[in-house]
Amino acid sequence: MLNPPEAKRILEAALLAAQEPVSATELKRLFEGELGVDAIRKLLAELAEEWRGRAVELVSLSSGWRFQTRPEFQPYLDRLFPDKAPRYSRAVMETLAIIAYRQPVTRGDIEDVRGVGVSTQIIQALESRGWIDVVGHRETPGRPALYATTTRFLDDLGLRSLEELPPLVEIAKTLQLEVVPTAEAVVREEQQQEPATGTDG
Amino acid sequence: MTAKVYGEPVIELPHDLYIPPDALEVVLEAFEGPLDLLLYLIRKENLDILDIPMAPLTRQYLEYVEIMRKTNLELAAEYLVMAAMLMEIKSRLLLPRPPAAAAVEDDPRAELVRRLLEYERMKKAAQGLDELPQVGRDVIAISVWIEKAVAESLPDVNAAALAEAWRGLLHRARLSAHHRVSREELSVRAHMSSILRTLNERRVAEFAELFDPARGVAVLVVTFLALLELARELLVEITQSAGFGPIYVKLAHAQPA
Repeated sequence: MLNPPEAKRILEAALLAAQEPVSATELKRLFEGELGVDAIRKLLAELAEEWRGRAVELVSLSSGWRFQTRPEFQPYLDRLFPDKAPRYSRAVMETLAIIAYRQPVTRGDIEDVRGVGVSTQIIQALESRGWIDVVGHRETPGRPALYATTTRFLDDLGLRSLEELPPLVEIAKTLQLEVVPTAEAVVREEQQQEPATGTDG
Repeated sequence: MTAKVYGEPVIELPHDLYIPPDALEVVLEAFEGPLDLLLYLIRKENLDILDIPMAPLTRQYLEYVEIMRKTNLELAAEYLVMAAMLMEIKSRLLLPRPPAAAAVEDDPRAELVRRLLEYERMKKAAQGLDELPQVGRDVIAISVWIEKAVAESLPDVNAAALAEAWRGLLHRARLSAHHRVSREELSVRAHMSSILRTLNERRVAEFAELFDPARGVAVLVVTFLALLELARELLVEITQSAGFGPIYVKLAHAQPA
């Protein structure tokens, strides 16, 4: 029978050697039934605590647990490895945001929000990154593809679920100007939409 | 050309409209479309987005569009559609409304405001997403180096299976023995080369294919010795995926085809 410190070291070795995030359920196989998922989760939480303050941290993501470097060291690492991933253009990020917050959406839906055409390259960039995929087709003329974000997207952005996306900014509230009566209906409409979108995904 | 909103002059056109021509293209291309441009104008002039003064906004928007047109910038059709929409809203605002239809929902600006707010919300959301730490950009996923078997894990060949295959060949050689008409130059090294040449062309060959029973038992023996020698010198790999299954021979360091 394994004692907890041993089990924790085994989990540590497995997660350090893994190429992708590993879930507690998958990690269960390490112990051939000796430990349940709940016990493993508890050990993982302890392990994450043990690594606190180190250059590497253990994080819980959508598809499992992963060791990663802390963001504050990236500026230094960039000097050593200059080929860092480039930032995506605003067009790509806005398209991604609309898919993430309003999914599933068609290309037409995205174009409606952005007010401009969405180029195929933008969709392809996000698809080839593995961040979005087609989850179905809307039963309208042309049966346009419906896009949604993937587990990979959550993993790569350090999120466990879509609920962890940054909350949408309530724009109307940021206005300091006096709200005139004719616009109240608009404000109410916006506020009513908000809770619904917050639970998307 | 000034406009007053709630008694305050908000627009004195144009403030920063006259940008050096070289820079203008860059500035205009920085907009992600008509909604983005409109938002910029609204926020720059600190207009109330919920009570947009349509006349000055439309006028300023059209000035930008006109500059884009004059400088032969490729003007996206969406900009013209938006210009038409702004003018339509303005004209509808000018029309007297029958008292019954004066409900707030009928504000012709409502749809534009809804779109502007939704776009701005998504624009801010995009910035929020961009600020999240991203794998490969802001953090590096850790994977320590672990030693794994370098070669592909192909099953080993059972010696008995090899002997069985050999006996089969001998049997076929005996059957065709009487066809032998000429002496063969028997050289293990030559057959090693010959096998290598065959494998160079084909990468993988079935064990039996490397033998020509028609040339007699002696040649078979030499070929078999050549094959064993090649295996001993680690020049070929001999594999079998299942008992009594076909035995395959391939180059040990096969270059990718």
